Amino acid sequence: MTAFTMPSLGADMDEGLLQEWLVSPGDRVHRGDVMAVVETDKAAIEVECFQSGTVGQLLVEPGTRVPVGTPLALIEEQAVLDERAGVGEAIVNKAPTRAATEQEPAARRQRPTPRKKAARRPEATPEPALAAPRKEPTDKHVHAPPEPSGGADSVIGAGPLVRHLAALRGVDLTTLHGTGRGGRITRTDVEHAQPPLAPRVRASPYARRLAQDLGVDLAAVRGTGDGGAVRAADVRTAMRTLAVGNGPERPDRDPLMGDERPDAAVRRDSRPEDRTDTMRRAIADLMSRSKREIPHYYLSTTIDLTAAEDWIRRINRARTPTGRLIPAALLLKAAAVAAREVPALNGYWQNGGFSPASEINLGLAVSLRQGGLLAPVIHNADTLPPDALMTRLKELVQRARRGRLRGSEMTGATLTVTSLGDQGVEAVFGVIHPPQVALVGFGAVVERPWAAGGMLGVRPVVTATLAADHRATDGAVGARYLTAVDRLLQRPEEL
Amino acid sequence: MTTTHTRAAEAAAPSDRKTTYREAMREAMREALRSDERVFLMGEDVGRYGGCFGVSLGLLEEFGPERIRDAPLSESAFVGAGIGAALAGMRPIVEIMTVNFSLLALDQILNNAATLLHMSGGQLPVPIVIRMTTGAGRQLAAQHSHSLEGWYAHIPGLRVLAPATLTDARYMLAPALADPDPVLIFEHGSLYNVSGDLPPDAGPVDIDHAAVRRPGTDVSLITYGGSLPKALAAADDLASGGISAEVIDVRTLRPLDDATVGDSVARTHRAVVVDEGWRTGSLAAEISARLTEQHFYDLDAPVERVCSAEVPIPYARRLEEAALPQVDGIVAAAHRAVGEPVPTGTNGAERQPVTGRSG
Amino acid sequence: MSQMKPLNNAEALSLIKESITQIIPDADFTLVRPDDKFRDVLELDSLDFLSLVELLSERAGVRIDEEDYLDLTTLSDATRFLVERTGRGS
Repeated sequence: MTAFTMPSLGADMDEGLLQEWLVSPGDRVHRGDVMAVVETDKAAIEVECFQSGTVGQLLVEPGTRVPVGTPLALIEEQAVLDERAGVGEAIVNKAPTRAATEQEPAARRQRPTPRKKAARRPEATPEPALAAPRKEPTDKHVHAPPEPSGGADSVIGAGPLVRHLAALRGVDLTTLHGTGRGGRITRTDVEHAQPPLAPRVRASPYARRLAQDLGVDLAAVRGTGDGGAVRAADVRTAMRTLAVGNGPERPDRDPLMGDERPDAAVRRDSRPEDRTDTMRRAIADLMSRSKREIPHYYLSTTIDLTAAEDWIRRINRARTPTGRLIPAALLLKAAAVAAREVPALNGYWQNGGFSPASEINLGLAVSLRQGGLLAPVIHNADTLPPDALMTRLKELVQRARRGRLRGSEMTGATLTVTSLGDQGVEAVFGVIHPPQVALVGFGAVVERPWAAGGMLGVRPVVTATLAADHRATDGAVGARYLTAVDRLLQRPEEL
Repeated sequence: MTTTHTRAAEAAAPSDRKTTYREAMREAMREALRSDERVFLMGEDVGRYGGCFGVSLGLLEEFGPERIRDAPLSESAFVGAGIGAALAGMRPIVEIMTVNFSLLALDQILNNAATLLHMSGGQLPVPIVIRMTTGAGRQLAAQHSHSLEGWYAHIPGLRVLAPATLTDARYMLAPALADPDPVLIFEHGSLYNVSGDLPPDAGPVDIDHAAVRRPGTDVSLITYGGSLPKALAAADDLASGGISAEVIDVRTLRPLDDATVGDSVARTHRAVVVDEGWRTGSLAAEISARLTEQHFYDLDAPVERVCSAEVPIPYARRLEEAALPQVDGIVAAAHRAVGEPVPTGTNGAERQPVTGRSG
Repeated sequence: MSQMKPLNNAEALSLIKESITQIIPDADFTLVRPDDKFRDVLELDSLDFLSLVELLSERAGVRIDEEDYLDLTTLSDATRFLVERTGRGS
């Protein structure tokens, strides 16, 4: 039994208002499922759980404001028996029909190897992380909470042998359709039941540690070890796959996934004044803290965007508007890659020292129409190709403005980028978002006279600025960063 | 002997550096007998017969019956006598024919040698060295072939050594004699005839630390004594399949050098422990437990153990071979740990049962 | 995308306004005169503008290239552009 707690959705968050429960006691949830809507000072955020299991008691009533870390609900893992046998997921439900149609020869299974099965037959038994978020939250489904021990006895006609076999295989008898006389569950029924998915990912301790260090979701990694166990090599493979962007994207980031709960959105939007007020206060607190604690220094450089714009124009010519890139995607990519070259600007100032971050997660300052701003995060932005970055950008901005961001999209930024170019100003000297140590600004792309090779011409240019924490770095480091941004933008095809 | 020899010089060195494990042990004793008159050798057949395994051949002629003493067939008596001599200030080397017979002296070793320093409040150190043969592989059947060094490694108050190389055979005795505690030296019977060049820069040997016998990156083969040559052969085999195995010679079985073993596993993330003892309650069990205690989050696969079958060591050659850890089994275990399929045709691919009668 | 029927001025203008409203639900068109740069008045950023291009292209059934973006600066330009472009193909 674990507690689902009020998460910290930003360095500046001390408490949150539980606005709405999206689950009820008895619901089965998977790691990554959205459990509740939490209202912070800045926005209403959908909060995911980090644990698969059954929702137990809800401890906090909607409308209650509680400090970060307060248990909000209990999540029960499966009954001990099921746990041991690796039972668990909604899949069991579908077992009978599938058992009838999809069984391979009965002899195929010497011992249960649940994860391997899951990995090999994704269409039949999607892995929890893939399956979970697609479930509609209103799908109060799955099946009745697992029977308490002894409950299986009540299943009609399940004899001791069948019960024993079911326990061994981790099959929930209540989900089986008996094919025997009078609906009796037979031994064959149990043997043909789809082996359920293990709620806990089978992984080596080192793989677990590595996954945590690299920020890889173990549930999304295909294990190649004994019994489908995830090993360190699998984590690294998954990391690389994610990095090149053609791997299985985390479904909760699926750009095609629509807005599942317009009703909730409407409710939130019905009190825009409150939201604006509290957000204004939160921004005030954070920015005051930043200016109080962080000795900012500022640098600025003007960058010729001819190459970048030409490249984008060439790419876009063949594309419908849906697939087109805008310069912001390239600017973000350059900002992220440059941070890889100058890691001293990517990380946190904590406990009197700088801790570099292992990933480059770009916070994106998004202004909201009703006022205020949010900074959703593009994780590992340096590894995303421009197209993927563009997709993420569109999606995050859209969701931020609709108040549909998730907890994981609000946390983890290691460097923030702001762009006021669309408002027509040429340069923005930003305020750093603590505990980060730098903020990158891009102004409007404008046409200016430009001398190159002894000739004067008109070129599209953008002013890139850097506000950086002088405790963590000196101006020379910042200069190196902006120079890198410039250089990268001259070779857009390599970004 | 200087330490400035180059490899070329070593190759050109006179062949008197060529030696066997047996000769290296003998040379170690000869040096000890020459350099310290408190040292004497005592045991069954060590004098006139030259030692049951020929280790002390010629020492009687060189040092005389006062210092090379044939003992009656009573392990309890002559080990007890050795302990008494040590208490009285001598530096006895007591040879027991095989570890199986040492059980007759277990009372002396455990209840006297290992405890007296403690029970006397530090007044009575017992600086005895007890050498004995251990291990199987020579068709000597179930009363002469067991590997019980793990039992002795269980006992606080003892230091337990297992020289596996010519250098360790040659140079472990001196620090053992210098140690104020009782030291047991286990010589694997299959090693006596191993011959090779003693490196010119060999010795002295550090008896506090395990030794990396071969560096590698993918899996750590952790072993000692008679299994070291098998582990090295397995590492060669694995290398041909693209797996880089590191071979650790534990060599001091008590106290165990956790750091060297642990550092290796922290690098390779996989461990195979090879121990000719029986698996249950073995030294391999202890090493495996320590790895999971101290390096759980470094492990990318369960710790594998390759041990002897839980049977009295058989006499018949093929059965004896089947009962002991072999290169194939070590290779298969390493493949399991690394997570690569074991090449077909390899025997011993099955993980050994923890208990039971099967091999 | 399939070419739709030619639009007249009124149809084109209402298509533009509907599309903008979809992107900016509370867009107040009383503030926008026909020759104002509506992007500035209504604060459409480059992402919003790209969405608008997507919507117009889809609903009017016409191809809109980047070169055409200049024609989408004011409401009157944009209306003229759509009328002309939808009329051209028939």
